[in-house]
Amino acid sequence: MLEIENIIFPESLGDALATVETDPGAVVLGGCGYLRLGSRKIATAVDLSKLGLDTITETEHSYEIGAMVSLRTLETDSCINVFASGALVRAVENIVGIQLRTCVTLGGSVAGRYPFSDPITALLAIDAQLVFQGAGRISLQDYLTGKGLRDILVKIILPKDERVAAFTSMRKSTTDYAVLNCAVARVGTDFRVVVGSRPSRAIRVEAAEKHLAANGLTRETAEQAGLLAAENLSFGDNPRGSGEYRRKICPVLVKRALIEVLDAA
Amino acid sequence: MQLETTINGNTVTLDFAAGEFLSETLRRYGYLSVKEGCDTGSCGLCTVWLDGKPTLSCSTLTARMQGHEITTIEALAGEAEEFARFLVAEGAEQCGFCAPGFAMTVLAMKRELKEPTVTSINHYLAGNLCRCSGYKGQMRAIVKYLGVK
Amino acid sequence: MDYVGRKIPKIDGIGLVKGTPAYTSDLSINNNALIVKILRSPHASARITSIDTSKALAMPGVECVLTYKDVPQTPFTLAGQSYPEPSPYDRRILEDVVRYVGDEVAIVAAGDEPTAIRALAAIKVVYEVLTPVLDVESALDNEVLVHTAQPHTNFDVGCDASRNIAAAHSLEFGDVEAELARSEVVVEQTYRTQAQAHAMMETYRASTSFDVQGRLQVMTSTQIPYHVRRHLSHILGIAKSKIKILKPRVGGGFGGKQTASVEIFPAIVTMKTGKPAQLVYTRQETFSCTTSRHAMILTVRIGADRDGTIRVVDIHTLSDTGAYGEHAPTVFWVVGQKTLPLYSSVCRYHGHAVYTNKAPGGALRGYGATQGTFALESAVNELAEKLGMDPAELRLKNLIREGDSHEALSGSVAGAPEVLASSTLHRCIERGMELIDWKKKYPGKNLAPHIKRGYGMAVTMQGSGISKIDTGSVTIKLNEDGFFTLSHAASDMGQGSDTMLCQIAAEILEVEMEHIIVASFDLDTLPYDPGAYASSGAYVTGRAAVIAAEQMVQQMREAAARLLKLSPAEVDYENGMFTGPGEVQMSLSNLATTLCSFAGMDQLVSKGTYGGETSPPPFMAGFAEVEVDLETGESRVVDYVAVVDCGTVLNENLARIQVEGGIVMGIGLGLYEEVRYSSSGRLATNSFMEYKIPSRQDIGEIRVAFEESHEPTGPYGAKSIGEVVCNTPAPAITEAIYNATGVRCRSLPVTAEKILLHLGN
Repeated sequence: MLEIENIIFPESLGDALATVETDPGAVVLGGCGYLRLGSRKIATAVDLSKLGLDTITETEHSYEIGAMVSLRTLETDSCINVFASGALVRAVENIVGIQLRTCVTLGGSVAGRYPFSDPITALLAIDAQLVFQGAGRISLQDYLTGKGLRDILVKIILPKDERVAAFTSMRKSTTDYAVLNCAVARVGTDFRVVVGSRPSRAIRVEAAEKHLAANGLTRETAEQAGLLAAENLSFGDNPRGSGEYRRKICPVLVKRALIEVLDAA
Repeated sequence: MQLETTINGNTVTLDFAAGEFLSETLRRYGYLSVKEGCDTGSCGLCTVWLDGKPTLSCSTLTARMQGHEITTIEALAGEAEEFARFLVAEGAEQCGFCAPGFAMTVLAMKRELKEPTVTSINHYLAGNLCRCSGYKGQMRAIVKYLGVK
Repeated sequence: MDYVGRKIPKIDGIGLVKGTPAYTSDLSINNNALIVKILRSPHASARITSIDTSKALAMPGVECVLTYKDVPQTPFTLAGQSYPEPSPYDRRILEDVVRYVGDEVAIVAAGDEPTAIRALAAIKVVYEVLTPVLDVESALDNEVLVHTAQPHTNFDVGCDASRNIAAAHSLEFGDVEAELARSEVVVEQTYRTQAQAHAMMETYRASTSFDVQGRLQVMTSTQIPYHVRRHLSHILGIAKSKIKILKPRVGGGFGGKQTASVEIFPAIVTMKTGKPAQLVYTRQETFSCTTSRHAMILTVRIGADRDGTIRVVDIHTLSDTGAYGEHAPTVFWVVGQKTLPLYSSVCRYHGHAVYTNKAPGGALRGYGATQGTFALESAVNELAEKLGMDPAELRLKNLIREGDSHEALSGSVAGAPEVLASSTLHRCIERGMELIDWKKKYPGKNLAPHIKRGYGMAVTMQGSGISKIDTGSVTIKLNEDGFFTLSHAASDMGQGSDTMLCQIAAEILEVEMEHIIVASFDLDTLPYDPGAYASSGAYVTGRAAVIAAEQMVQQMREAAARLLKLSPAEVDYENGMFTGPGEVQMSLSNLATTLCSFAGMDQLVSKGTYGGETSPPPFMAGFAEVEVDLETGESRVVDYVAVVDCGTVLNENLARIQVEGGIVMGIGLGLYEEVRYSSSGRLATNSFMEYKIPSRQDIGEIRVAFEESHEPTGPYGAKSIGEVVCNTPAPAITEAIYNATGVRCRSLPVTAEKILLHLGN
C-alpha cells in the first residue's frame, strides 16, 4: 500500500529543487506508473505537473522534451515520429498499453535510470542531453554512469541532426519488458551502438562503433558489429532470461538494427 | 485532502487521502463501472478518460486531479450501449469484468484513430487484458462497429 | 420458437458492458463492512512458536485479530465437490503450522484498509523455520513431511501423509507390460506442465453480514454456491439453514472459484464481531495464496506395430498438489480418464499426487485432461515420427469411434464397458486438415533463412458433468401475467449458462426469451446444483431445464384443460396459446392470471432434475501453424485451427467464444505463462507484470469450426464445450515448433530461450 503524508505542487522549478535539497523525505513524482508497486511510505511527494514540463518544443538545433511529457504524447508526436527514423517511438510503443503510456513520463523513465528501460537505450543512441534544475546540462551517458543526482530533471534534449537510427528488442510477449534491447544510429560517418536490459543498464559498445566507423556499414560489418557487442559486453541472468541467452541474441538484435539503418539509406 | 474536479461533466469536490489512487476514489464516490484487476498497471480494467485520453485510474493519484476532466462509462451510456450491442452480438463480453474499461478504450480509439486497421486496433488495445474471450470476438465486434474494411 | 442453435446475445451482456453494478464488490459497497486482511507466512515451512496480537488489537479502528487460538480447529477441504468430497480434509482456518509462503497466519479486520494493513505489521510472530519440501520429484517418501498428521478422507483416495502422498491411483486394462514387450515400436518420454494460473479478471472476494433473521449472509464470487454453504456450515459448526448465500455476477472463474478460497475469512470475522465484513484479494494474493493448475511430470509409454497400430498406452503421473490437497485426487484421476479411452484398449494410468511446500494446486479448466493431453498427444506425435507416419493419419487409424466401447470411458462398470454414443472426432481431424491445408503444408517450410513455419496437431476429449454424482435441478414458475421465472444454481461466471438455460426453456415454453426471468442470485430461492464445473452447465443443468420446461408445458395444458372443461389430450399448446376443439382458445397470460387468482387457485411450478449415467465426451482436433525465428528462438502461433464436436451447438456465438478463449488460454500454457519460484519457495510470478497471459498482440489467427454430433443423452443432442477447448494448443504448438526447428520441448512453457539454447544440439 502506498502512503503519502504530504503532497506539494511547487509553483516554480526553484521551489521544487529547494524542497528536494532540504527535505530528505521528498520524492519527485513522475508518471506514477511504478508508485503503487510494493508498499511504500512517502513523506513529501513533489508533483511537477504545474510547471509546464509536459510539452515538446522544437528549436533550431534540437527537440526539447519536457520531463513530464508522457510516453503516449511522445509516441503520437509527428516530429518525434520522423526524427532519428522514429527510433524513440519504436522504443516506447510496446510498453504495456496506451493507458499506461498516457500516465508515465519520459522524465520519470530517464531519472529512474531503470536498467530495463527501452527509451533510455534509444536516447543513448540519439546522444540525448539532460537538463537538471540544479546540475544544469549533462549528457545522458554521464548521468547513467554517474552516481545519480538529487535534483529535478527539467527536460531531455535531442540534438537535431541527420541521424538514421533503429531500435530492436526481444520480448517474451509483446507487452512484456525487453529481455534485451538495442538501438543504433548513424550520424555522418559515426555510429552509435547501444545495448540495454542486459539486464544491467544500457551502455554504448565502443568496439562496435569504432569498427563501423572504420569500415563503414555493410551487411558484413553489421554482423561483425553484433559479434563485437556480444564479446565486449557483460550479460547477466534475471527472471526474463539468462546471460547465456542474452549473449546469443545480442548479435542478432545489433545486426538487425544496423541493417534497418543500412536499408533506410 | 480535498480538491475540485470534473467528473462526467459535473463539478465534484473530492475528499481523499494523499496516497489514494483515482480508481479507489471513483469507486468510493459510486462510479462502480470502474474495475480494478491487477495492482500493477497491467490490465486496463480501470481505464477512464482523463481530459479525454484513456488513462489507468489505478496509477493516477487523485491528488493530481484538480481542474481536470474525468470521464467514466456512466457518462457515455448511449455510445457505450451502441458498442455493447456489437460486442454482445459476438458473445465476446463473457464475464464482463474487463468490459467497461475495454469499452472506454475502444470509444477513445474511435475518436483517435483516423483509419483503423486490425493491426492498429490491436496495438491501441494491447493494454486491455481479457482472459475469457481470446480477443478474436472482441475484434470481430470492433471491426463491425467501426466499419473497418 | 427456434431458440436452440441460434446466435443469441447473453441476457446480461449489455448491462455488464455499460458498467452496471453487478459484481460482489459493487453490490456490497454500502454496508460499512469491516475490511479483512490476512497476515501470511513468509516461510515455506514453519511452526509458529509465539504470536502476539496485542499491539494490533490496541490500534484504533481494529475490530478483531484472529490467530489459530481463536478459531475452530475443524479439518476441512475447500474443494467445491459434491459430498462426500474426494479431497483430503487437510486444512484448518488457521494453524500453528504454515506450509507455504503465503499460508494464512492471522486474520485482521478493521474499519478501513490502511488500518487493517498497519495492523498486520503490528502482529509479532516468532517462527521456528523448518526445512521445506520444494522439489516435487523428491517429495515422495522424503523424510520431511508437509503434513505430519494423516488427514481425514471420506473414502480411500490413497492419501498417505507419512509419504507426502495426497492421492494415489492405479488403473490398468489388459496387461500393459506384456503388450509393450510385444510392440514393435515403443516411445517413452517424460513431459512437464507448469502450475498455470486462472488469471480471471475479478480477483477472489466475499462479503458477509448477519441478516435480519440472524442468518450469516455471504455474498461471494463463486462457481459453487451450494458447496460454499456446505463448507461454511461444516467449518463454522452452524446449520446450513442459518447461512444465506448470494452469488452475483462473477468476473471469471476458470475453476479457481470452484475452490472456496476466501469466504471463510470474512465469515469468521462476522461471526466473531457480529459486523459486516468484506475481503477482496489483491492480484498478488490471487496468484500466490489460492490455487493453480496442478504442475505435473508425466511419463508416457506407447507401444505400436510398424503399420501404425497402437497396441498399448501407459501414463505415469507425478502431480504437485502443493501444501493442500484441493482437487488433488480428482484432477489426478481425470488425467487418465480423459486420455486412456482414446487409442488403445490395453492401457494403464498410475502415479501419485504429492504434497510440497508450495501454493496449492486446484481445479483449472481442463482439470487434468489438459496435462494428460499434453503428454499423450506429444508422445503420439513422437510415435508418428518414429513410424515415419503422418500424425493425422496415425490418429485416424487408431482413435476411438462412435459406437466403440472402452472400459475407461465414463459410465463403464466392470465387465460392461461404456459405448461411445456420439463422436465426430475423425471428421474433426479431416476438416481441420482441410482448413489448415495439412497435406500440402505439414511438416513445415522456410519463409527466410532464419524464419521457419512448422505445423503440429493434437486431439483431445473431456467430459460433460460428473457421471453418477453431480446432479442439477431447475425450477420454472409461471407468474401471474404469463411470464416465467427459471431458477437454477449452475452459477454463470460469464460463459452464459443463464442465457443458455433461458434459450432451452424458451424453445420448449414457446415464448420469447424476454418472457423468462432467470433467477440465479439468492440460494434461498434456487434449487440444488453442484455449480459451474466439470463442463456441466449445458449438459447436466441444461437437461434439467428441458425436463422442467416440458413438465411446465404439461402442467399448463392440464390446467388449461381444467379451466376449459376439456381433457388434457384435447388441448394443444403453441406459441402462448391453448386451443381445443372448435374455436376454444385460452391465452397463456389469461391462464396465468386465472391460476394465480381465486378462480384458478393453482400456482404452477415445475421442476427438472438430472444427473448423467455417463459423462459424454466432447472432442476437439487442434492444428497449429507456428512461426519460429531461428536467430532468437522466438515463436508465434500465426494460425490455429480448431474443429470441435460438442454435440449440438446450442448457441453458436457463445460456443465459438468458449473455443477461442480456451485456445488462447492453451497458447498461454504452451508459450507464455511461466511459473517461477525463488529458491526459498516464494512464487515470483505473482503479478501480470511477471506472469504474462497472452495479450491480443500475441495472438494470431484462430479459426473455429464445429462438426456436430448428436449425443442421445444430451439436451437437443448437446455435450459440453467449456473445458475441452484448452487442451490441444500446447501439444500441437510444441510439435509445430519441433517441425520448424528440430527442437523438442517437453517442458512447458516453450520460451524462446529454451528453443534457441537447444537449437543445433
